[in-house]
Amino acid sequence: MTDTALTTENLTVTYTGNREVEALKGVSVEFPANQLTAIIGPSGCGKSTLLKSLNRLHEIQPNVEISGDVLLGEQSVYNTDEPVPELRRRIGYVPQTPTALPLSIYENVAYGLQIHGDYESKADLDDRVEHYLRKVNLWSEVEDRLDAPGAELSTGQIQRLCLARSLAVEPDILLCDEVTSALDPVSAETVEETLESLKDEYTIIMVTHSMDQAKRLADEVVFLYLGDCIETNDTRSFFENPQHERTAEFVSGHTVVGDDDDDESESTAAATTVAAER
Amino acid sequence: MAGSTESRSQRRLDRRLLIERLSSRWLQGAGYFAIALFALIVLALLYQSLPLLSEYSLVQALTSSNWDPAQNEFGFLPAIVGTIYVTALTMAMGTPIAILAAIYIAEYAEGRAKTLVSSFIDVLAAIPSVIFGLVALIVVVPFVGDYLAPAVGSSATGLGIFTVSLVMAIVVTPFMISLSVESLEALPDELRESSLGVGATKWETIRSVLLRAAGPGIFSAVLLGFGRVFGATIVPAMLIGGQTHLPSSPFATGQTLPTLIVNDFGELMSLPLTQSALIFVGLMLVVVVWLFNFTAMLVRRRLQRRWQY
Repeated sequence: MTDTALTTENLTVTYTGNREVEALKGVSVEFPANQLTAIIGPSGCGKSTLLKSLNRLHEIQPNVEISGDVLLGEQSVYNTDEPVPELRRRIGYVPQTPTALPLSIYENVAYGLQIHGDYESKADLDDRVEHYLRKVNLWSEVEDRLDAPGAELSTGQIQRLCLARSLAVEPDILLCDEVTSALDPVSAETVEETLESLKDEYTIIMVTHSMDQAKRLADEVVFLYLGDCIETNDTRSFFENPQHERTAEFVSGHTVVGDDDDDESESTAAATTVAAER
Repeated sequence: MAGSTESRSQRRLDRRLLIERLSSRWLQGAGYFAIALFALIVLALLYQSLPLLSEYSLVQALTSSNWDPAQNEFGFLPAIVGTIYVTALTMAMGTPIAILAAIYIAEYAEGRAKTLVSSFIDVLAAIPSVIFGLVALIVVVPFVGDYLAPAVGSSATGLGIFTVSLVMAIVVTPFMISLSVESLEALPDELRESSLGVGATKWETIRSVLLRAAGPGIFSAVLLGFGRVFGATIVPAMLIGGQTHLPSSPFATGQTLPTLIVNDFGELMSLPLTQSALIFVGLMLVVVVWLFNFTAMLVRRRLQRRWQY
């Protein structure tokens, strides 16, 4: 029996731009603490929307309406007096595209610490930067060029730098949006190993379009389809003994297509699922 | 049958390759033409400046403040100082407003407010600067002459360096805003998400991340504004007062390098030495702008490397 770190209650997100789209239709999910939960589903089914609404990052987009709630432990994320930056510090976010801030490698990791003033002295800051760079297995690759621009690293290294930056403010929860999809297979594997080593300490919620990645990494799986949460289960039961027909179709459909993990195969998988419905 | 298809596709291939070769030649030609044109302009100006430079030393011409073409006195210092004065004052007034407005439009304004503000700025940018000069003659000149200058203890008619700078700031700020907004809006949302995602506030994100990432673009926008002010002709000609002396205060009348040309070229082009002097002014403008652009390119490269994302 594990604790629940984060809960969504009837979370509904609507984009009210030119065309009104309900991206999430009343999703209620529990994300267990100190586990890695994978959110899977075909393209455009609301995976990223769900992830970003967990720490209110979607609010930087215009024309988004939201109802329902997200609970961080017992505390509401939406109906709260706590300032949003403070919430986001507790629920960190790593974007899909490896993104170095326009700062040095050192400053990229120190960024959050400096904003919050979470360090005693320069020496303490140095220690912390090293600590988190080690944690994401990047230290040995960058220790002699900490002052170089972060963007000069390879994409795989940048993605680990992003993880270090997020971890440095000691969030309770880490949201990862398809963090390996922009990487070559070798870098992707390194990032996966890093996530693997982090998941005992942190609650990680990861969007992925790769079934195999979910199988390899996740403890729990949340399956979204067209804005609805179809099924959540522990990884093994989810893949071996799906409870819903749609899950079974999605899981098997993907298996037929193969285990490429690019966008194309994802949409093919979705198409297969749709075809199977007819 | 098969043979004729083959030869037709062979002929077609030959034709396509010929067009390919010709088109690259044309494009190359157009590129070199631009370089040749610049060289030609500089050479023509230099050649026509020679009569002046054979009479006066360069140092003498640049440091003398005595400008009296009728007496063959050609000191450019007043116009040089006037140009520097106007450019510096304009940029000091315009740049901070441009950057703040750009941040507001790109990062804070939403929906109708955003559309309204940015479309009005585009309208401002599209107004010919002679209109600004006219309106300024009616509104700004009396205001400066009757209120602002006396308030700081200066007696002035309202025509002068300060008025020109104020109006030029209004002319170039919309350009700088539009270009800076474009640089900010071109930034990927991941930068914002990455910064906000560790608990930074919006302002911290703008200050530490977005202004750096868009820095080279904003820098270019400011430089473009600088170039326009430096070479501005019509507004200074209408508002600066056209007196070739060293300006004693910001409210004094004066002269800039371009106004020196437009004020004198009509009557005095018949005198060979005066003509040569005015052409030398043109040469100075071209060389300074070129040097400035070159330096700016180097600075921009450095910024781009330092602040890459």
